[in-house]
Amino acid sequence: MISSIVFINHKGEILIYRVYKDDITRSETTQFCAKIVATKENKECPIINIDGTSFIHITIKDIVVLATTKVNVNVAMTLQFLYQLVKVCRAYFGGEFDENCIKKHFVLIYEILDEVMDYGVPQIADADLLKKYIQEGGLKPELMNDVEKLKQLTSQATGATSWRPPNLVYRKNEVYLDVIESVNVLMSVKGTILKADVAGSIQVKCLLSGMPECKFGMNDKLLMQREPRKPGQTTTDKGITIDDLKFHQCVKLPKFDKERAITFIPPDGQFELMTYRITENINLPFKIMPVYNELGKNKLEIRVKIKSIFEKNLFATNLAIKIPVPKNTANVNTNSAIGKAKHEPDQQGVIWRIKKYPGDFEALLRCEIDLGQTTNQQPWIKPPISMEFQVPMFTASGLRVRFLRIYEKAGYKPTKWIRYITKAGEYLHRL
Amino acid sequence: MSRPSASTSSSSRSSRSRYGKEVKELQDALNQNKIESKRDAIRKIIDAMTRGKDVSMLFPDVAKNMETSNLELKKLVYLYIINYAKIMPDLAVMAVNSFRKDARDKTNPFLRALAIRTMGCIRVKLITEYLLDPLKESIKDEDSYVRKTAAICISKLYDVSPELIEEQGLLKLLDNLLNDGNAMVVANAVCALLIVQESKGTTMLKLNPYIIQKILTAMNECNEWGVIYCLDALAMYIPEDGKEAEAILERVSPRLNHNNPGVVLSACKIMMKFLDYLQNPETIRQNALKMTAPLISLLSLGKEPEIQYVALKNINLIIQKRPIIIEKDIKVFFCNFNDPIYIKLQKLEVLAKLANNDNIQQILHELKEYTQEVDVEFVRKAVRTIGRCAIKLEKAAEKCVTALWECLKTKVNYVVMESIIVIRDIFRKYPRKYEMILKDLCENLKSLEDPEAKASMIWIIGEYVDTIENADTLLANFSENFKDEPANVQHQILVAVMKLFLQRPNDGKELIHNLLKTATIECENPDLRDRAYIYWRMLSTDPELAKKIVFTERPTISDSSYTIENELLDKLIENIGNLSSVYTKKPESFVKKLRDVLNSKIADKIDDVYDQDQLMDGRPEDYSDQQGGQSNISDNIYDTSSQIQSQVQQSQIQQVSQKIDLLELDDNQPQQQQPQQQQIPQQQQIPQQQQIPPQQILQPNQIQNVRVPFAEVLTANTPGSQTQIQGLSIEAAFQKNGDKIVLDLRITNKTQDKTFSEFGLKFNKNPFKLQPDSIEIPCQPVFPGQTQVTQSSINTNGPVAEEPPQMPYKIQVALKTNLDVFYFFIPMSLSVLFSSTASITQQKFIELSQAQNIARKQEVLQIQIDPQRMKEKLERNYFFLIGVRKDERGVELLSYAASLVNGMPLLVNVIHAPTAINLQLQVPHPTLMPLLYQAIGFILTLN
Repeated sequence: MISSIVFINHKGEILIYRVYKDDITRSETTQFCAKIVATKENKECPIINIDGTSFIHITIKDIVVLATTKVNVNVAMTLQFLYQLVKVCRAYFGGEFDENCIKKHFVLIYEILDEVMDYGVPQIADADLLKKYIQEGGLKPELMNDVEKLKQLTSQATGATSWRPPNLVYRKNEVYLDVIESVNVLMSVKGTILKADVAGSIQVKCLLSGMPECKFGMNDKLLMQREPRKPGQTTTDKGITIDDLKFHQCVKLPKFDKERAITFIPPDGQFELMTYRITENINLPFKIMPVYNELGKNKLEIRVKIKSIFEKNLFATNLAIKIPVPKNTANVNTNSAIGKAKHEPDQQGVIWRIKKYPGDFEALLRCEIDLGQTTNQQPWIKPPISMEFQVPMFTASGLRVRFLRIYEKAGYKPTKWIRYITKAGEYLHRL
Repeated sequence: MSRPSASTSSSSRSSRSRYGKEVKELQDALNQNKIESKRDAIRKIIDAMTRGKDVSMLFPDVAKNMETSNLELKKLVYLYIINYAKIMPDLAVMAVNSFRKDARDKTNPFLRALAIRTMGCIRVKLITEYLLDPLKESIKDEDSYVRKTAAICISKLYDVSPELIEEQGLLKLLDNLLNDGNAMVVANAVCALLIVQESKGTTMLKLNPYIIQKILTAMNECNEWGVIYCLDALAMYIPEDGKEAEAILERVSPRLNHNNPGVVLSACKIMMKFLDYLQNPETIRQNALKMTAPLISLLSLGKEPEIQYVALKNINLIIQKRPIIIEKDIKVFFCNFNDPIYIKLQKLEVLAKLANNDNIQQILHELKEYTQEVDVEFVRKAVRTIGRCAIKLEKAAEKCVTALWECLKTKVNYVVMESIIVIRDIFRKYPRKYEMILKDLCENLKSLEDPEAKASMIWIIGEYVDTIENADTLLANFSENFKDEPANVQHQILVAVMKLFLQRPNDGKELIHNLLKTATIECENPDLRDRAYIYWRMLSTDPELAKKIVFTERPTISDSSYTIENELLDKLIENIGNLSSVYTKKPESFVKKLRDVLNSKIADKIDDVYDQDQLMDGRPEDYSDQQGGQSNISDNIYDTSSQIQSQVQQSQIQQVSQKIDLLELDDNQPQQQQPQQQQIPQQQQIPQQQQIPPQQILQPNQIQNVRVPFAEVLTANTPGSQTQIQGLSIEAAFQKNGDKIVLDLRITNKTQDKTFSEFGLKFNKNPFKLQPDSIEIPCQPVFPGQTQVTQSSINTNGPVAEEPPQMPYKIQVALKTNLDVFYFFIPMSLSVLFSSTASITQQKFIELSQAQNIARKQEVLQIQIDPQRMKEKLERNYFFLIGVRKDERGVELLSYAASLVNGMPLLVNVIHAPTAINLQLQVPHPTLMPLLYQAIGFILTLN
């Protein structure tokens, strides 16, 4: 099990130091801190062993969150726990996680650390739940003496639906569904797709009274094949093939395994119901067509044509296309009919930004690059062109939500809202 | 509230007085009545503690504040106490009353749990006793939150005072918690039992179908962390049959869709292990394929890189065991431009494993792309991976060589150097096949800074001296700086020039002369000097023979140096998701506690093997490579490439490295005790040989191995090693049971009033690497006057002792009991160690019996037995008749052979006389002689 949890800043100073088992000394940890400072962090492997102590760490901006152990711990669990711990902290600090807020809230963090882990064993690490009984500055004394309330809290914390408190009441019952997809694609120089996949997630904001049982359905091919076909109904939508699904802990997995039905009692408020991955029949929203010319020893030309491949009535927003340029670039002349393109030396590239981009539309950017003198004889290693965008009301996978049924004793009819959006993940085209 | 700045600045040396003043201020604040000032002071103290300052002198002042009703303040005080209780045990006693009071608080379950949780962290033996009562109460608390805390607390206290916890029956109470109605309590109880199990070294969580059902049910209701402990516990279960395994798999496989990667990998761990118990290939296939998508999802973009890294390490193991799981999806393992380097390197590792003749084109295309990136380490590994593909896939080798050719042409220094190293291996695997790239190779002689690349290049030139026209000039250039080169380059220059001279005497004459002179007179490296001397003498005595030796055929190399041997692999599969899988090492090789448990009862010398910890520093990455190299020392050319030499030297080095390994390695190393397989010239067949097929496949029920009689190994008046307890009497015998080795123990309790229980068994290291399968002996407690008979299975994967077995051959054993540890020797008959599977063919028999380094002896056994009966008896014990022949005088000679479990051959020629049998024994090592004689006598008389 885990021996200690330590937060370290980029200088290698210890910000939080909580020991769970006394088989570790502080000097072992400081030795590790020195190592992080001494070396470039990214090069360093996340799991290292120094003199029999394993150091498992993640890096969040400038902060290293470290777990130490002397035993053969479940390292996948440990890493996930560290990420979960950061998530809990963020939930307490309004989304922030940096040295300042760690220093400011260190008492609270110790209190959290006492609760999320016992003797190196992860316990309760659900931010919403923790917030119910751990608060900055202590709990209200009323709660401390309310036997019923306390009982309810502990039974929620250790119960089968620890994520949802009982007896919630909303005047207006509402559910918001957001289907968010990131498209990852890597295209070769010639424009053939080397790999493409969609990583999607369904975010739910749930404002429902009582203990609702929900059933969620989408155009999953495997599910639709199981459903009996209604007479007279012509099925144009055959559904899509989903490679893999991962669910929030509220989803009943055995039921999904047997019937492929997604059923759950939702947490209160915002949560990620599921993530999924799709690699077949992906609709890429953009095509990139670059042309690279060396116009002489000190002059390059890169022309990039992009084409949107979605319906005309839709719009992509916040496009940013990054065209890499060599280090010794002295000057770039850009020319495009739409958007703004600018050489940004700190990014080592020309960034072409377009606020709004219609469907089924082509645009061209021409960059003339003047190179300065350089002593470096090695040829320029061309990084790929990358692209950022968002396309609302479009899913690259073709996923559609078919239904969300909610059953509750009270029998209310909640209002449901659904949004779709597709973003660029790593959208790359080799140059 | 802001962080106190005063204490931050007080780190300088001159601020000692100010520091003292500060302490005084804090003391005052703590002793005030206002809760705010107290809270403020203790915050400052905790802050100082975090930064590693000693604030222990404030202990009395802080501890006074324990009994506050303010929960926040209380938690801070507790945090402080946990930190300093160990160094101030007498003061920590002050805290006891407060804990006892809080643990019985009527209203607030959080307060009760906090007290239980914290008091368990005060790891002072002195106070553990006081905590037992509240702990016992809390196990039965009405609130599940308190019970789940109590479960973990038992494991905490067990680590402080195990005896007390056992005496008080707390482990039994913990066991009862497995029946708790609350899933999280069950999950924590499972976890606590596993913690106790680890420190105790014996099974605590007794997995039976009933408990398995309990755990499976709890898994449905507890939170994600609880699911992981449940899965990890299930993974330790050995299913009774395929049906049970399938039923459990059905319950486990839905967890693959959990979004916690820990859950996914732990589920994979069970699936991988349980698949071995299924029979129906289609069921196996279907279950195996269920893992594919979830594993690949762990690598999808946006997943945390550290988790991807762990996933890749595990996928690497999984596909070696069951390649079907990931066959098609090679694209996921293509490197993304922004992947951290540790992920890229792992992906290359997996790609090399997945490469086959169908996808090699696609993989090569990617690899070539990577060779143009900036990170030197990554680029080099990419080049190396191309080389691995070439060696692995004969059909695709040409494509790979073309790719490497392109690498050479890039003229990028490190790409070229790595390519040369790789091409050398390809030349070894496919001699004389790709000579067309020699020209381009020879154009890169200037840029070889890396000694390995340089040595490789020189080796290549030496190998192709007949093809490369200007080889003499090239080698002359290299020889110019001979004295300044590192040893491996010097060796290669010497070998290459030697080859040059032998092939083209006129061009190499002068060069070899000068070089041998320099090497013998001016060089200080003894290896190099000796080699030069040997060459010199060979040249002056028999140049033709020298040619034969230098150009001798070399053992082939293969890609297998990167695969993990099966025994280790299975162990790692059981550790999917754990650190062990990331380090590619058995848990006991990096977990000191496990080693301590294993070794604590055995003489100190065993420790030496382990103590030289391999994991000094650096990246775990290295270990896996090291592992690969080690497991394949016998053809270690691939990794330690500077050793490309003539075979004579090769075997020398092999011997040397073997010895080193014996001292330094953990027990993964396959022991190579086979006699040095020297080149034995084929000689004429022995005349009148009658072929008799060796009867190896006996039906198990027919096997009647000789029963070794019990020997009294521990007498009742021998005291134990620690508490000097007497009265335990043990009789023991190693037996062969079918193809297994077992140890039978007859344990008799001759005391009046003591009960022996919790038996554990450990062997001292021994020449045949015997060790019990599990330390624990399946045995009920032995009450006074009672006798129990037990059987433990023995395997041959233990650590090895270097000295050969002595006559009589005994194994030192430590027997742990609840009361003491006893040491004794158990005699071992060689007949138990005959391998049931290894067979020696007639051909092999002849080769072996004519080997030089074999010990021979004639013995007579005074026994009347007819040949048929003798054959039956011996073959029943895996001593097989190989052939029958007549010598010149017409006397019939029967040849028998057996292999020992470590592969050593034992040969016997038997001549039957009327009242006796004459034995001609041949064994690889003289010390085995009396043992073999004894074993044969044993089999023939007793069986």
